[in-house]
Amino acid sequence: MSLLASLTRPEAEDFLILEASLLNEWKLEEWRALFTEECRYLVPNMNGDPYAPPESSLYLIADDGHHLTERVKRLGKKTAHAEYPRSRTRRLISNVRFLERGAGKVKVESSFITYRSNQGVTDTFFGRHEHCLVECDGALRIEEKRTILDMEALRPQGRLSIIV
Amino acid sequence: MQHPQAHATFSIEEGNGRFRVARSTYTDPALHAAEMEAIFAKCWLFVGHDSELPKPNDFATRKVAGRPVIFLRDRAGAVRCLLNVCPHRGAQVCRQKKGSAKLFSCLYHGWAFENTGRNINIAEPGTYHPNFNEPGSNAQSNDLVPVPRFESYRGLWFLNFDAQACSLHDYLGNAREYIDIVMDQAVEGMRVVGEMQEYSARANWKLLAENSTDILHVTTLHPTYLDLVKTNSAGTMVRGKVLGKSIDLGNGHAVVEREASYGRPIAQWIPMWGEEAKVEIDGIYARLVKDYGEGRAKRMATSARNLLIFPNLVINDIMSVTLRTFQPAAVDYMEVSVWAVAPGEEVGKPALARRLTNFLEFLGPGGFATPDDIEALESCQRAFAAAREAPWNDLSKGLGREPDATDELPQRVFWLQWRDRLMQRAL
Repeated sequence: MSLLASLTRPEAEDFLILEASLLNEWKLEEWRALFTEECRYLVPNMNGDPYAPPESSLYLIADDGHHLTERVKRLGKKTAHAEYPRSRTRRLISNVRFLERGAGKVKVESSFITYRSNQGVTDTFFGRHEHCLVECDGALRIEEKRTILDMEALRPQGRLSIIV
Repeated sequence: MQHPQAHATFSIEEGNGRFRVARSTYTDPALHAAEMEAIFAKCWLFVGHDSELPKPNDFATRKVAGRPVIFLRDRAGAVRCLLNVCPHRGAQVCRQKKGSAKLFSCLYHGWAFENTGRNINIAEPGTYHPNFNEPGSNAQSNDLVPVPRFESYRGLWFLNFDAQACSLHDYLGNAREYIDIVMDQAVEGMRVVGEMQEYSARANWKLLAENSTDILHVTTLHPTYLDLVKTNSAGTMVRGKVLGKSIDLGNGHAVVEREASYGRPIAQWIPMWGEEAKVEIDGIYARLVKDYGEGRAKRMATSARNLLIFPNLVINDIMSVTLRTFQPAAVDYMEVSVWAVAPGEEVGKPALARRLTNFLEFLGPGGFATPDDIEALESCQRAFAAAREAPWNDLSKGLGREPDATDELPQRVFWLQWRDRLMQRAL
């Protein structure tokens, strides 16, 4: 039986906990490796339909594989001033459930709270993630991650300089 | 009344090429209160774009200079801006962010209004004096209050809280030429794409006014964006000397126009977009040449513009076109709203996707550049705590010569208007 077909809810949760820990520890290249090469990382505008097509609607982040690789490269540089010195962050992942289980693909929803602390200020981000997981060379990989923020606006957070 | 401190906030020595502004201007609550009167209650302030209200009865609520307003298209199709405060006891009559409504009904005691502002219901009308709601008595005072002045230019709607203000047309003055060169890029009109992004900065609003026309910081603050552009353009777009100029447009408005060192949806191709896009962009360019001639077409396509309309509207026609306004919520905190705009004819075409990708590569709270701008502004605000011992910001670059694109002329233009407004010498 394939990894994906036998995937249990706790195993999916473990995968999301691993992902969160890589982000907490700023292991961004390892985090990028959890995704497929041609992936999407999407953060819709909180004012609009979170499923509106990014080709015709303004998102906050709508990375394809190339841009996600470049985003990781950027965040590795000291000239990514918004994140250097690096923020201290902590991601809590909860309420994990399957939304869809199709052939070759599962969609997992999770709730999150992310704290970011830097320059004397702590900000909170909250919402839900939707991960589309596929199997690639015998391992789980993220084909698409959609982070749907629940805040009304990025106020007072002001920026999405971390991967929430 | 002239604010007593407005004078003491500048140190200008032309002979020594010095132009300095006191850091207390970003931190002093008394000056903040003075600005709210002398600038935000007197200047034309951006409210929204025509295309945000495509149909009759569409509305959007927002804050302008702290005041809650309803920006709407009434049942007859006229665009209006009403203060979102019930004439009865003052609750907001509309608490939705946007939608469609023929009527607004107050949640508190049920007073109701047409979307023209006309009152159509009060609570228990039989209990009032017979003349209370009679036409010809004081009935008008039961209507929603419109903003004192509300005018538009090329689809951009502005309000003014000063009934005696000059016209928007005159206020924009020389800036109209630069709004035209952006709006003329569309055959079917410029339209807002999707919804606005809303974010903030823990910084005084003037820092973003300065930042939005500041080209000098690009190489130091945004190298990670320049790296991305280099990768995307397969090394064909590498930032060298910025060729262009800064222009004082009068009334506190300024623009920086220069050669764009990145791909532009209208109409500068880069290799990442592929050969099919090249054909499409060549077609757009040919249309611009046909409509506007070679010179203006080239300017529209291959130059970029950062335009500040005093005090708080930015129209940046850069790697994408964005409208940006920022509301001072406190002396050290601002709320920022930004829109992506695109020619109507791009809807459903790959051109729009390229435009949005270009936007997100640089702009907005998740871009490769804007978060670093916010960090810089917040860093300034934090450091201004030392204003007593280190009192001056320096904006001298390019003083006494023909200013180029990386000189601090736009910032000086902004500040001199700020000073004139606080000393009540401007129109």
